[in-house]
Amino acid sequence: MNRAAAPVTPAVLATVKIQARGVQVFYGAAHALKDVSIDILDRTVTAFIGPSGCGKSTFLRCLNRMNDTIEIARVEGTILLDGQDIHDSGVDPVQLRARVGMVFQKPNPFPKSIYDNVAYGPRIHGLARNKAELDAVVERSLRRAALWNEVKDRLASPGTGLSGGQQQRLCIARAVATSPEVLLMDEPCSALDPIATAQVEELIDELRSQFSVVIVTHSMQQAARVSQKTAFFHLGHLVEYGDTEQIFTIPRDPRTESYISGKIG
Amino acid sequence: MTTAAFMILLAGTVGAYLLNRHAAEQIRNRGARLHSLAGFHGLYGALLVAVPTLVVVLVWLLVEGAVIDRLVMSGLPAAALDGLGAGERQLILSEITQLAGGRQFGQPQPWVLEAAARMVRLRLASDVLLVATVLALGGGMAVLAWRRVSPDFRARQQAERIVNGLMVFCSTIAIFTTVGIVASLVFETGRFLAMIPWTEFLLGTRWEPQMAIRADQIAAQGSFGVIPVFLGTMVITVVALVVAVPVGLFSAIYLNEFASPRTRRMVKPVLEILAGVPTVVYGFFAVLTIAPALREFGAATGLPIAPNTALAAGLVMGVMLIPFISSFTDDALTAVPRSLRDGALALGATRAETVMNVLFPAAIPGIVGGILLAVSRAVGETMIVVMAAGLIAKLTLNPLDSVTTVTVQIVTLLIGDTAFDSPKTLAAFALGMLLFVVTLAINVLALRIVRKYREIYD
Repeated sequence: MNRAAAPVTPAVLATVKIQARGVQVFYGAAHALKDVSIDILDRTVTAFIGPSGCGKSTFLRCLNRMNDTIEIARVEGTILLDGQDIHDSGVDPVQLRARVGMVFQKPNPFPKSIYDNVAYGPRIHGLARNKAELDAVVERSLRRAALWNEVKDRLASPGTGLSGGQQQRLCIARAVATSPEVLLMDEPCSALDPIATAQVEELIDELRSQFSVVIVTHSMQQAARVSQKTAFFHLGHLVEYGDTEQIFTIPRDPRTESYISGKIG
Repeated sequence: MTTAAFMILLAGTVGAYLLNRHAAEQIRNRGARLHSLAGFHGLYGALLVAVPTLVVVLVWLLVEGAVIDRLVMSGLPAAALDGLGAGERQLILSEITQLAGGRQFGQPQPWVLEAAARMVRLRLASDVLLVATVLALGGGMAVLAWRRVSPDFRARQQAERIVNGLMVFCSTIAIFTTVGIVASLVFETGRFLAMIPWTEFLLGTRWEPQMAIRADQIAAQGSFGVIPVFLGTMVITVVALVVAVPVGLFSAIYLNEFASPRTRRMVKPVLEILAGVPTVVYGFFAVLTIAPALREFGAATGLPIAPNTALAAGLVMGVMLIPFISSFTDDALTAVPRSLRDGALALGATRAETVMNVLFPAAIPGIVGGILLAVSRAVGETMIVVMAAGLIAKLTLNPLDSVTTVTVQIVTLLIGDTAFDSPKTLAAFALGMLLFVVTLAINVLALRIVRKYREIYD
């Protein structure tokens, strides 16, 4: 709890949240992810960068077993969340996904009211015992997503009626409402304008005090702005992983350097 | 001879195509730049020959018979038709026609024989004239088209205009047919309502359309209250929906969300076979399998089950509607974006929760549209109920009782000895009109809901 109070240099103090060892992913015959091993820290923003099709989103989807929903996907290797193998037969993917939340590239609010969108997770997981508690969870989540002030007077109106940026923040609020331990974000700003992007980035920075955040991004500026750790993927390999500052200033691998300087990708 | 006319038409069309294309190619080969491709010049020639000539041939064939008949009849000796009614004139004409076709019965009078000979001559003349017309018109049009071929002639636009006109013509055929059907329904319904007040028709609770056709017949005074008949339709429709909606919905949800692709590939076509079963076969099934089974069940349990129950007809109609509802549900569920599915799963929702809380609400307008279309099919379905439902209109809501439906009554009213000036027969048109209005209203409602649903995702 001390760490939450004083997250000065979280990368140094944080413990390992997710440990991946030798992760391979196949989509049918295609080998999408090759032997990835990585330690993702608690209360840290970790950015996955790399050119399109390099496997960063694929790896992200391994962390909450979303690849299970794709018929042809096959995942090998071990992924430990707090030391427990998430592919263990005793682990229910449904409960895993409650602990490891996800925000998608395109805002995908349900065709329900704003309130019901946020309350959906707490409801199905029984996180609130009564209406008052649920109200509190919804308000807290919307506040965390910096959306409360904009929607507090129209919680009953449909979530699909919000603007793109608001929808994405609604989706973040929805993911936050289940109190996950890890929040996975798959290019959360790619459909947003610069103002909404800035809001979401601010939010990510704030979420770090409670969650481990993993963000896939195409924007290297964004990775540099929001993350403490950066992983560079290329052609299914994890090429380099380290402190964000080090990756962007003195990359060790020549491929990382070419990508960052805009020569490949 | 008619065949010859069509052959000439075909040859003329092909010829005009080749002629025009060749002429256009000649111009191009001499170095001029054509506005349209040579093929379009050919197409223009072909259309210019084919369309007007075909119209003339068709009109000719339509009116030829009537014109010849009239000429023959007017050429008869003045005394022959004196004091004869329309029916008797018709008989004479058909005797002449038979003779002209080479079928002779008995010993016809000499003036009839002469008329038949004249009819044969007229027919021959008509055929020759037709071929000549086709030749002249087709040839003239071909020459006209050929003379128009020039570098600047906009053959593409002209050809497209003709094709455009053809498409408009084809689409108006469907519209005019609908208008004609509605008009005849409205007309006959008007005649019916002139005999039976509309209050009795719409609000009456007794349906006994058996009434005297001739003055000397002994029969009850018919009564035409539509309520028991419509109630029967409703009972059967409700039974059908009680079967079809849950089964169709759940099978679609299972196939869409839970089944493995292999199961889906095997089960879905089987389900769709149901849609291809002719309704007569469903009728057999209802009469020969379901109804006896229900009767035995009734005998065993002491329930009073009629031989022709609404239940049997409704159950089988429900089976018929299953593929209808399941395919609509399937489409609606498939149209829900994958991102919504992923969003719910990523929140830790189970598959069932995802379906019930997220996919189903998103798909519900499409599903409701499908159900309403199924309702209008159930209301208008004829064959199954003709075979499996009863004939007597009873004011009952009991599905174990025998009821009749609007469609069954229409069929029975129009079968057999009918006179088109009796309320008994005209009642069929009034019922048809009512059915038409009801199904139209349901369809409009369904299409509106489906359209509204489309706007959400597109």
